[in-house]
Amino acid sequence: MAKVMLEVKELTTKYITRFHEDVYAVDHVSLTIEEGKSLGIAGESGCGKSTLALSLMGYYFPPLHYMSGEIIVDGKNISGMDPDTVRKNVLGSDVAYIPQAAMNALNPTRRISDFIVDVIRAHDPKADKKQIKEMAVKRFEELHLPKEALDRYAVELSGGMKQRVVIAISTILSPKVLIADEPSSALDVTSQKVVIKMLREMMDRGFIKSMIFITHELPLLYNVTDDIMVMYAGQIVERGSAKEMVFDPVHPYSRGLMRSILVPEDGTRSNKLIAIPGTPPNLKHPPEGCRFAERCKYAMPSCKYNSYPIMEFGEEGRTYRCGHSVEHLREVYANEDRQ
Amino acid sequence: MKTDNDNTSTVSLDRRRDVSQNPLCLSGKGVTRIFGSGSKQNVAVDHVDFEFREGELVSIVGESGSGKTTLSKMLLGLLPVSEGEIFFRGAPRDISTRKKKKEYWKNIQAIFQDPFSSFNVFNKIDTVLLDCINMTGGKSLPMEKKTEMMTEACSFVNLKFAELTNKYPFELSGGQMQRLMIARIFLLKPKILLADEPTSMIDACSRATILDMLLNLRDEIGMTVIFITHDIGLAYYISDTVYIMEHGKFVEHGSADEVILTPKAPYTRRLISDVPKIHEAWDLSTVE
Repeated sequence: MAKVMLEVKELTTKYITRFHEDVYAVDHVSLTIEEGKSLGIAGESGCGKSTLALSLMGYYFPPLHYMSGEIIVDGKNISGMDPDTVRKNVLGSDVAYIPQAAMNALNPTRRISDFIVDVIRAHDPKADKKQIKEMAVKRFEELHLPKEALDRYAVELSGGMKQRVVIAISTILSPKVLIADEPSSALDVTSQKVVIKMLREMMDRGFIKSMIFITHELPLLYNVTDDIMVMYAGQIVERGSAKEMVFDPVHPYSRGLMRSILVPEDGTRSNKLIAIPGTPPNLKHPPEGCRFAERCKYAMPSCKYNSYPIMEFGEEGRTYRCGHSVEHLREVYANEDRQ
Repeated sequence: MKTDNDNTSTVSLDRRRDVSQNPLCLSGKGVTRIFGSGSKQNVAVDHVDFEFREGELVSIVGESGSGKTTLSKMLLGLLPVSEGEIFFRGAPRDISTRKKKKEYWKNIQAIFQDPFSSFNVFNKIDTVLLDCINMTGGKSLPMEKKTEMMTEACSFVNLKFAELTNKYPFELSGGQMQRLMIARIFLLKPKILLADEPTSMIDACSRATILDMLLNLRDEIGMTVIFITHDIGLAYYISDTVYIMEHGKFVEHGSADEVILTPKAPYTRRLISDVPKIHEAWDLSTVE
């Protein structure tokens, strides 16, 4: 078995609002990622995808607070560390994070190379500037990025180039886990493809050891990651390989999500799409039982009161959270498809 | 909690219709929009010709900066045309005076991507819907009749009017607001609806519902829908006709099947090959 790069055990984090209300945005989430593998996280807005990404860094600042659970990166437990230690010893080298709209985060008055100096000096304040620049040029060449970009200002680069440069900066220390939160959603399809190709290459060459990729675009997730995990209202509802998740989802919510994919391919146009009405529950007062019960077509009366654990089934690594058995759900889906 | 529950349903967005014999609704010849002048001149829309027929669902697909929004503003009469002419039901469109413009706007309405900024925050939902009735000549109707019309419009989009009265737009969820926009269109019954990325801020599983409602509305009142989007997959599912826009020009147009499945223009081919797919392999080697 390959080496486990990231292991998360029962991680719970919450937001405290300015009205002193608790919002449990990540609720007992457990996951593992092996070396060389990538995991995609899917779900609708507000389901906790981005909060999970923030929580996984171990770097908490209000209103986000750590509650319980463990985050182990390559054998090192980073949960509960104080923010300063995390920033100096974990961020960039163990866990790197690319937030949404990262390309707009660059200070317009500084050159690209200055950002790289900053990242490296945050870990080693005495690092030599000349050596850092040589290292940056080497990495840019390896990633087929023009090394002239290092002497440019952010405003001189195109959107797609800026995003690639941001990825190169945040992974300069070859992190063990890269968390990419919608890294390509602000780009057009062609630039998106370039960014994805670069991420793939970085994985292949070992510049990043494992990756968590968050997006609401399912066809993209299917093409980028090995595994897909679906989140709903702060909890994981299903996980499996990308192929299994897209073509054989088990949880009613994952099925709804996968059956709402629109792709420009021959023969897909007449496909019936699944429309799930309603909105996710308010996490200030999460439902007592299954969080999806209120929107679920297959909910039993007991689902409103029973909170189901995440269970393994079938092939290795597949898990789901539902009161129905996998066989029952598959049978119901097959019947529906026949109609 | 903002919920609006009814049963999960399956919807088909494939409602292709042959509209080639329908009369022309909106057409344009050599429509151009130039911003700036001299060396700083920027041609945002460059001599485009189009013919949108009554009841047709047309998608205009292009990447950011291709001129989609500029064109839609010209179609709406919010931006003057630099060159060329737009025809409404066969005759040149005249929006030279404020009065004529208002008259034109009774025929064309728009919904935009951000429902949160589309409503006046000081107006209650009742006022929003009442305005629509008043605009279409229902000012003198008795209140009971108006309430009945508003209830009907809300139930068309699966909203309960009784629950919305006395509420402000910000008290609704994004999905509810987007549906309220469709309810407005239901009351206004325009000849043309311009929808500028109306689903880009909606989650995948609610998107099908909104599109289904939009298509039902098209069938119900027989309006022309001009759908502006960058999502070629979405355009393929819902449209009768697709126009592909690049650098202010239409590089290709035709039926959705023709354009998406057998694209002729190199730009369309590139656009389609760059979209990640499910059944076909996504070829990353094509990027340099």
